[in-house]
Amino acid sequence: MIRIRHPKDFWAGVLFIAFGLTAFGIALNYPWGTASRMGPGYFPRVLGMILAALGIVLLLRGLKISGQRIVWGSAKPVVIVLGTVVVFGLIVAKLGLVASTLILVILSSTASDEFRWKEAVISSLILAAFVVAAFVYGLKLQLPALPEFLS
Amino acid sequence: MELFDNLAIGFQVAFSLQNLFYAFAGVLLGTLIGVLPGIGPVPTIAMLLPITYTLPPVAALIMLAGIYYGAQYGGSTTAILVNLPGESSSVVTCIDGHQMARQGRAGTALSIAAIGSFIAGCFATLMVAAFAPPLSEMALKFGPAEYFSLMVLGLIAAVVLASGSLIKAIAMIVLGLMLGIIGTDVNSGLQRYSFGIPELSDGIGFVAVAMGVFGFAEIIINLQQTEKREVFTKNVTGLWLKWKDFKEAFPAIVRGTGIGSILGILPGGGALLSAFASYTIEKKIAKDPSRFGKGAIQGVAGPESANNAGAQASFIPLLTLGIPPNAVMALMVGAMTIHSIQPGPQVMTNNPQLFWGLIVSMWLGNFMLVVLNLPMIGLWIKLLQVPYRLLYPAILLFSCIGVYSIQNNVFDVLMTALFGLLGWIFVKLECEPAPLLLGFILGPMMEENLRRALLLSRGDPTVFLTRPLSAVMLGMAVLLLAIIVAPSISKKREEAFQEL
Repeated sequence: MIRIRHPKDFWAGVLFIAFGLTAFGIALNYPWGTASRMGPGYFPRVLGMILAALGIVLLLRGLKISGQRIVWGSAKPVVIVLGTVVVFGLIVAKLGLVASTLILVILSSTASDEFRWKEAVISSLILAAFVVAAFVYGLKLQLPALPEFLS
Repeated sequence: MELFDNLAIGFQVAFSLQNLFYAFAGVLLGTLIGVLPGIGPVPTIAMLLPITYTLPPVAALIMLAGIYYGAQYGGSTTAILVNLPGESSSVVTCIDGHQMARQGRAGTALSIAAIGSFIAGCFATLMVAAFAPPLSEMALKFGPAEYFSLMVLGLIAAVVLASGSLIKAIAMIVLGLMLGIIGTDVNSGLQRYSFGIPELSDGIGFVAVAMGVFGFAEIIINLQQTEKREVFTKNVTGLWLKWKDFKEAFPAIVRGTGIGSILGILPGGGALLSAFASYTIEKKIAKDPSRFGKGAIQGVAGPESANNAGAQASFIPLLTLGIPPNAVMALMVGAMTIHSIQPGPQVMTNNPQLFWGLIVSMWLGNFMLVVLNLPMIGLWIKLLQVPYRLLYPAILLFSCIGVYSIQNNVFDVLMTALFGLLGWIFVKLECEPAPLLLGFILGPMMEENLRRALLLSRGDPTVFLTRPLSAVMLGMAVLLLAIIVAPSISKKREEAFQEL
């Protein structure tokens, strides 16, 4: 019966094996080259093998030595923070900096356990004003302040 | 004296009105962001990097160096007042610095940290100026085989000197090297790992990697922790040091500076290792070691000087060999490349204005920290009182705008989110992210040098062992690994990192 004694090492090992083998597999499509003219497939294949080998060592260690379990914690901050970033990326060019800032700040604020509507709205308005002043007018970044259909 | 002639060039460059302004702006912004709890120098620099894109190269690098010192100093402030290390090297400052704050001596702790850093900075700057030319000359004689071996040695040394699991750290390096390969192969024009996505043909942006893995992951981790922080902002008075305090701290500053200058040149833990070593030594030679951990001023002065000297000295391998010894320097490489400067020994000869200007501006940056930042401490404290629930959305916003504005590219923002997820998983699995960034930056350089070395040797892989310099460097890398794997030493290493 196999038991995972050190989950952090074990799963890190699994992750590295997965990355290593995938990279190695894809690199098989790239030419290996010759001894003196190393092709684009040479370096990635070697690295993929090393990574997978290190992953195996970690995995085996995770079965042998015991260690603390992984505390993943609440999923809420992970989903909200990263989700907000994705949303911002998708809308910023179309809706402009003002609307995107309001959305990003209010949306991401909900990740905190101490979220308060009023506070988040006020903070988003202040930040939107600051960001437009600093980035659009100050640093003159290529970012529209207002949505496409308004300008 | 050639050294002084060179420094004179540097002073001319650094003291132009424009560059003075950018050094000041960098220090100010760096402190502003760095003082925010939970943000170390890497995300700070990544976040502020886009601001420097439009500047001329010299001004941009001077500003970045300023941001770096500012971020470090900001980190110490957070360590002392909130007991929250912004980066690993201020872990040590937390111990006695925060105790001093609890005893109402926060002002003294903050001043001694700044003054110690300044003294250390002055000395380390001189050292960089003295050591850089001979090292550059040596490096100019390096062939591709030597460079490859040097990178191997640098990467191995970087993980050996850092804390944490060695196998995981090496795996992170290899993963970083592979991420660095993504994009168009310069020799064959082949697209590697780009999955038909056009944005990936230029490779992944280093800002996306750094910001995601260091910045976003950190925010998520902070939000998952529910424990409350204590901020000691009352009684931050008496920024002027008493003569007695200074006399007590001065020897520790001198020792810290020495330790930092020597250890800082080593790849990897530069600043971190220096701070740890300094603290241990101060504790060992103290008349009354029991005072340490209870607010001993030497426990702040020594490590703070050491980590600043170490941080400064870590510019040496970057500027002379073109090899970043830690994550911050890796970002600097990225920044230099954006301004089409290839870091390495040729910078000094091809671009002396930039080289010496940067070195003098290091000293200038440290000076500005003391003169301009200390009086502004009240402002930084106000910033620390802002609750985290209001801070992190702002951090997230500036990061997103920063990443987006690099190329006005949505894809970069999405990549940052992906690396944020990856970074969070790595933290949970106790895999340190710094080696990943080092590998990522060195990946393309390493492949290129390996390819050239094999081409020159007509495919003979023993070239790395038959060229003496290269063999010595590989030998040192193997030796380092062997030493660290040896059971007795690996146990000591664990103890050393756990002692604190």
